[in-house]
Amino acid sequence: MVKGRFTAAEKEMKLLFNYIIFPGFLFSAVIGLISGWVDRKVTARVQWRVGPPWYQNFIDIIKLLGKEIIVPQGSKITFLLSPLFGLLSAVLVATILGNAFISPLEGFIGDIIVVLYLLVIPAISIIIGAFSSRNCLASVGASREMKLILAYELPFILAIIVVLIKSAGALQIGSIINYQINFGSHLSSPSGALAFIVAMLCIQAKLDFVPFDMSEAEQEIMGGTLIEYSGLPLAIFKLTKAILLYTLPLLLISLFWANEIGVWALIGKYILLLVIIVLVKNTNPRMRIDQTIKFFWGPVTVVVTIALILALFGL
Amino acid sequence: MGLKTKALTKSLWVFHLCAGGSCNNCDIEILDLLTPRFDVERFGIVLVGSARHADVLLVTGSLTRKAAPRARRVYEQMPKPGLVVACGACALGRGIFNEGYNTPCRLDELMPVDVYIPGCPPKPEAMIAGIAKLINKVKGQK
Ligand code: SF4
Repeated sequence: MVKGRFTAAEKEMKLLFNYIIFPGFLFSAVIGLISGWVDRKVTARVQWRVGPPWYQNFIDIIKLLGKEIIVPQGSKITFLLSPLFGLLSAVLVATILGNAFISPLEGFIGDIIVVLYLLVIPAISIIIGAFSSRNCLASVGASREMKLILAYELPFILAIIVVLIKSAGALQIGSIINYQINFGSHLSSPSGALAFIVAMLCIQAKLDFVPFDMSEAEQEIMGGTLIEYSGLPLAIFKLTKAILLYTLPLLLISLFWANEIGVWALIGKYILLLVIIVLVKNTNPRMRIDQTIKFFWGPVTVVVTIALILALFGL
Repeated sequence: MGLKTKALTKSLWVFHLCAGGSCNNCDIEILDLLTPRFDVERFGIVLVGSARHADVLLVTGSLTRKAAPRARRVYEQMPKPGLVVACGACALGRGIFNEGYNTPCRLDELMPVDVYIPGCPPKPEAMIAGIAKLINKVKGQK
């Protein structure tokens, strides 16, 4: 076994390296910021504009690091700590996913469940941060974000259960990928395709993109949940969003479309999903929160239940 | 020039404050800057919704009695380094509301103004020229 060659200290160093540099924090942040640029550029092209240069998001982050940090009255510690928790868990997801792609057999059983939990924490950290700022608009945003989580989590988990059923009950991202390498991607079956569409809608909501961006609607509630943040904490939130923008499409690729996981295939698939997300973002109006909940608990849940039944019949 | 100053000049986030007594024409001209013809996002300039995120406070309109103290508060809430741009004759020197009973002061009696953009309303080209002046000022300041 390869594992036997490493001593405990070396293994720890390797984990630390994985977490901080590749495929964890540094790598995912760079890719995420570049995909943030793809988002802005495609948006600009859709609106017939030119758009910013590719390094724009890096400059924004550096600039935010140099700004004053204003802490409003209220609970200062939660206000400053909550962005950190969001970032740490997003990086953890990126690390687990990246490792599952690099060496599919080395994961642990149940890491898909851990990933599901960790993916909620950035949203929760936004809610906690917004509430602790004691701003009324931030509270409106936070309450919308909460309802949004309630709305999309149910269909998202059902879509993932479809994948678990289809890959013979494997609870490990690595073995789900392996299953698809051997037996073809889940996307090519009817139930997998339905679940994939549902999961795409859910990550659109997870990323807080239009049509589900009512929690930070710039026009109505001035940036909503992030309204009181400035300087470093705001930069951390922006980084968290960038890392999620890298992680979530990658998660979908690993769950639904992992029949071919060479580097170029991955990049192509990732860019395709990203552009689809951005195009959906640019061609839709913002929905109200009640419409969103009806949408996710109504048609979307029905579709994913049909997918579940199809999957149980082996389609 | 430090890295942070350089980053500041390349990514100015603008908070647009319409301070009460304005005829709204300046505000419409500002929105022109974001349209395909001018597209200031090429230079990293975006409009933001909260003064906490802003680097530039873009003030239009002559300050009314009600709006003046609030404009001052918005300025104080902006994280520093923050810049102030006065846009239009109203903000510069009360413009057509010069004789008005309800417009007590000019903008620069209330807060330090970095760049003045004259005009009623200023053309979008003039605003871009003003932004270029602002960037040069930040670079020189260091
Ligand atoms: S400067 Fe002229 S165009 Fe601008 S708000 Fe004042 S009156 Fe209107």
